[in-house]
Amino acid sequence: MNYYLRKLGFYAVALWAALTLNFIIPRLMPGNPIDILLAKLQQRGGTVNASTRHALELLLGGDSSQPVIVQYIQYLGNVLRGDLGTSVTYFPAPVTEVIGQSLPWTIMLVGISTVIATMIGVGLGAFAGWKPGTWLDSLVPATTLLAAVPYFWLALIFVYFFATTMHILPSQGGYDVVLTPGWNAEFIGSSIRYGFLPALTIVIASLGGWLLGMRNMMVSTLSEDYILTAQAKGLRSGRILRTYAARNAVLPSVAGFAISLGFVVSGSIVTEQVFSYPGIGSKLLSAVTNNDYALMQGIFLYITLAVLGANLIVDLFYGVIDPRTRARS
Amino acid sequence: MTNLRQSTVREKADSTKQMALAIGSAKPPRRSALRMMLPTLTPWLVVGLVLIVGITLFGVLGPLFVMDPTTIRDIGLRGPSSEHILGTTQTGQDVFAQLAYATRGSLEIGLIVGVLATIFSALFGILGTYIGGFADETFSLISNVFLVIPGLPLVIVISGFVPPAARGLWTIAVVLAITSWAGAARVLRAQTLSIRSRDYVAASRVAGERAWRVIAVEILPNLLPVLASQFVFAVIAAILGEAGLSFLGLGASNSSTLGTMLFYAQNGFALPLGAWWWFVPPGLIIALFGMGLSLVNFSIDEIINPKLKNVRLHRKRARAVARRLRAGKDDR
Repeated sequence: MNYYLRKLGFYAVALWAALTLNFIIPRLMPGNPIDILLAKLQQRGGTVNASTRHALELLLGGDSSQPVIVQYIQYLGNVLRGDLGTSVTYFPAPVTEVIGQSLPWTIMLVGISTVIATMIGVGLGAFAGWKPGTWLDSLVPATTLLAAVPYFWLALIFVYFFATTMHILPSQGGYDVVLTPGWNAEFIGSSIRYGFLPALTIVIASLGGWLLGMRNMMVSTLSEDYILTAQAKGLRSGRILRTYAARNAVLPSVAGFAISLGFVVSGSIVTEQVFSYPGIGSKLLSAVTNNDYALMQGIFLYITLAVLGANLIVDLFYGVIDPRTRARS
Repeated sequence: MTNLRQSTVREKADSTKQMALAIGSAKPPRRSALRMMLPTLTPWLVVGLVLIVGITLFGVLGPLFVMDPTTIRDIGLRGPSSEHILGTTQTGQDVFAQLAYATRGSLEIGLIVGVLATIFSALFGILGTYIGGFADETFSLISNVFLVIPGLPLVIVISGFVPPAARGLWTIAVVLAITSWAGAARVLRAQTLSIRSRDYVAASRVAGERAWRVIAVEILPNLLPVLASQFVFAVIAAILGEAGLSFLGLGASNSSTLGTMLFYAQNGFALPLGAWWWFVPPGLIIALFGMGLSLVNFSIDEIINPKLKNVRLHRKRARAVARRLRAGKDDR
């Protein structure tokens, strides 16, 4: 089968699995979220009648009047129409609106810091693996410390040093609260200043993994025959490093992007909590503490969608840069 | 939560071939099979082992010697002193005593999840691949799907639906294990595929051996280094994942781990008050323990992937030659 078709098929299955997990989890767990939710909704001035209850039941499960399979189809229909329900925490805003406000923050933060971490990590890894046995290479095992550091603890340390002790950078929030969000220089400058520490945390904590993977692949690649051939041809070592060794060694890093991105996203959720960053991670946690199940499930769905989407792009890209994957299938 | 990546599938599949070649062609000096399975003692491995053994001893034996971590004293937040090695929390509880108990809690959960995740991954990675055909396709699809669904958000959502009263140690452990076995299963699948097609496996099947015996006796021993490395990864990931969850206040209720310690430090305003002795040690223990495990994994990697080992051997030999040359010059 065609490589691209197979990949698209796989991601369709993964998406369906995520949707189904989202449907099953509330039904498997003890406790009745609907009663908690309705009580909350009433507290905040929402009208509670039979139809509200029915709508919530459709969304969260427990609609005992209908068989599970009908509930499932109704749920899928709701999701496809983009109807994820109403947030209790931010009543009466619909879940999609709450997510829409916070998603750009997370995408910018995680996106930019992942790109920076990948470039630095892969670059350093290529140099460490290029000359195995030099002082740079012998320092490589020390980077495992970076890879094993909990994101949120690193965030706490940075806040302690840069915000509490030295007062150079702000420790809380995503922008200066006196400014109104918009595309002007002042606001963008402020969000860069506020985003610096969270981004630094993610970059430092995820750097080690990229570096190690690249270094090991580089060492493996150097013993390939085509490297020897290139050296025998008398090519400059810089050219061999870039166009022969690094290009081949980077492939598994690209393929391993899926696993890494999941970890980075997980780490960034906790990091956002430390910085009270206005992203999707903080929203997820406030949803959990407020029993806002609709928002919780909506955010899980969006995070999964984003990760699946990023992986799909990387996989399609991988098919372009490594022709072997296309030939094999 | 960690960004440590398992070495990639192709790399390991290649390396198995390499290993077979290396074992086949390595005549002088002969190393026993057992010797081949054990890592060479390098300085980094020693550092790793010291970290692991030290922290494990601290977690296992520490609680026997420290004072009661829950005792509240009327001295408030104090820095390190001779009486309290790591100071006290804002309610006057001894941080060092809490650290010992918390380390024990974190190690416990790491071990439980590590074992569970390794069993899951072996089930999906080895069994499915051995049976082959439809079972293999299905198992491989399931593990690939679990691989791309982000773990922590899923764990958070699940914890959100479980009422705190029902959120015990085992619930958290099972949830963490379910979300973390997939990567290992994929690596195991690649390895099993390459071993399954070897002649001696075919021979034992033709000889009429039962499936479980072929898996346990012919295939499993070859997978031991890979399984060990996956187990180590699972333990790191579990300790980090649990710490993150507890830090968010979603961990197992009535348990004390390094994550809960950090949760209380954060909520007790340890940061604005500058109480570094409260929030630095727990994270440092996680990081150092993770580093120790990764360093051990480095050495296991050298067994799985002889290319990495050869680099070190070459370097050693080159250094020896250089030394001999220098010595020869001095003689003249």
